[in-house]
Amino acid sequence: MALDEAAAVADTGATEFDAVVIGAGPVGLFAVFELGLVDIKTCVIDILDRPGGQCAELYPEKPIYDIPALPTVTGQELTDRLMEQIKPFGAEFIFSERVDELQRGEDGRFHLKTDAGREIIAKVVVIAAGGGSFTPKRPPLDGIEAYEGKSVFYAVRRMEDLRGKDVLIVGGGDSALDWTLNLAPIANSLTLLHRRDEFRGAPHSVEKMRALVAEGRVRLLIGQVTKLDGADGQLEAVTVKTAGGEERVTANAMLPFFGLTMKLGPVASWGLNLNENLILVDTEKFETSEKGIFAVGDINLYPGKLKLILSGFHEAALMAQAAYKIVHPDKKLLFQYTTSSSSLQKKLGVK
Amino acid sequence: MVKLVFIQPDGDSQTVEAEPGVTVMEAAKLNDIAGIEAECGGACACATCHVYVDADWVEKTGKPEAIEEDMLDFAFDVRPESRLSCQIKVTPALDGLTLRVPAKQF
Repeated sequence: MALDEAAAVADTGATEFDAVVIGAGPVGLFAVFELGLVDIKTCVIDILDRPGGQCAELYPEKPIYDIPALPTVTGQELTDRLMEQIKPFGAEFIFSERVDELQRGEDGRFHLKTDAGREIIAKVVVIAAGGGSFTPKRPPLDGIEAYEGKSVFYAVRRMEDLRGKDVLIVGGGDSALDWTLNLAPIANSLTLLHRRDEFRGAPHSVEKMRALVAEGRVRLLIGQVTKLDGADGQLEAVTVKTAGGEERVTANAMLPFFGLTMKLGPVASWGLNLNENLILVDTEKFETSEKGIFAVGDINLYPGKLKLILSGFHEAALMAQAAYKIVHPDKKLLFQYTTSSSSLQKKLGVK
Repeated sequence: MVKLVFIQPDGDSQTVEAEPGVTVMEAAKLNDIAGIEAECGGACACATCHVYVDADWVEKTGKPEAIEEDMLDFAFDVRPESRLSCQIKVTPALDGLTLRVPAKQF
């Protein structure tokens, strides 16, 4: 088998792993640990550019009080500690990519594809995607959908596309400021619109932006967009509500930066049994309606489910036992404790 | 118990009772007030529990702190009376507090 399979893999350029964990939040990270203890090599994929999930994105500095044995720990500390704990297992991390496709191949394994076109093959898939993937917030302006991807962009893929345009950047954080600084030299005109004359972004970026405003190369406008004008996806102008009334601002490209929100995203199209935005699982293996695909943490649902990190840890431990039977079908798993098992300690690198 | 009045964009109003010490967001969620999403669960990290405090109450509820003001950057149609309801603690002094739910959360 090995040769044929290896050839097939080489053709598609896909990378193979025992398990893919979707989501690098605390539960996804702990899943790496539990899978590692039972000799399952994992790859973790997350749409954010760093581990931690909601802990890193929403409350890195906020204390969490209900992690067993840690009376208080911040989201960032918890993430750092989990990363340290799973280090011995050498998981592969893929950040800033979203898993878009998941289907079972003819060989029974799962074929995944990310939004960057990366292909991965795995024997088991563990969905630990929390509240879903973090996606840019869409301003709830009438008809904005029609402009998205054509003249309203939530990320800049190619700066050149904005050369010579009348660019409107909306927001007051680092993304808004950074793109103001980057695009001012190539845009025909650049307006930075923010609801107040105070910015959350890095102070040196704020200074640079103000310098550009003073030189007349950037227009800073204080107000909020209320209406979009254009046709066929091409923005022509926006109406802005300011302290002094209303103003029409000419713009043929708008970049709104209003932070991130969580959306279930492509998970909904993978053919799993869902209840609203949650994946139904059993409470023995935390397996979904598809054998070999598991769901742990906030994204799953079962009778009595509590959306707690500690519940996700428990789910990950039981999931790993079931995943073992799929990844190593011919082996018998001996239940062991890390305290006393020399083989587990060896895996953990205990000296 | 403290009475809180939520007014929907269509004018519909709902009066709920809240225990002092909870946040206005928690009281809204406990009573299924439409339009209060509170995606982050009260961490002042998402701006989806945005409300407009009725003019008569703005003084009693006070001004947002810096972190809340920053997070209001992520809300839609922010006005001087905008607050994130997870950052308003219910106290007996707020009995009768009237809040308008915005037409849209982000």
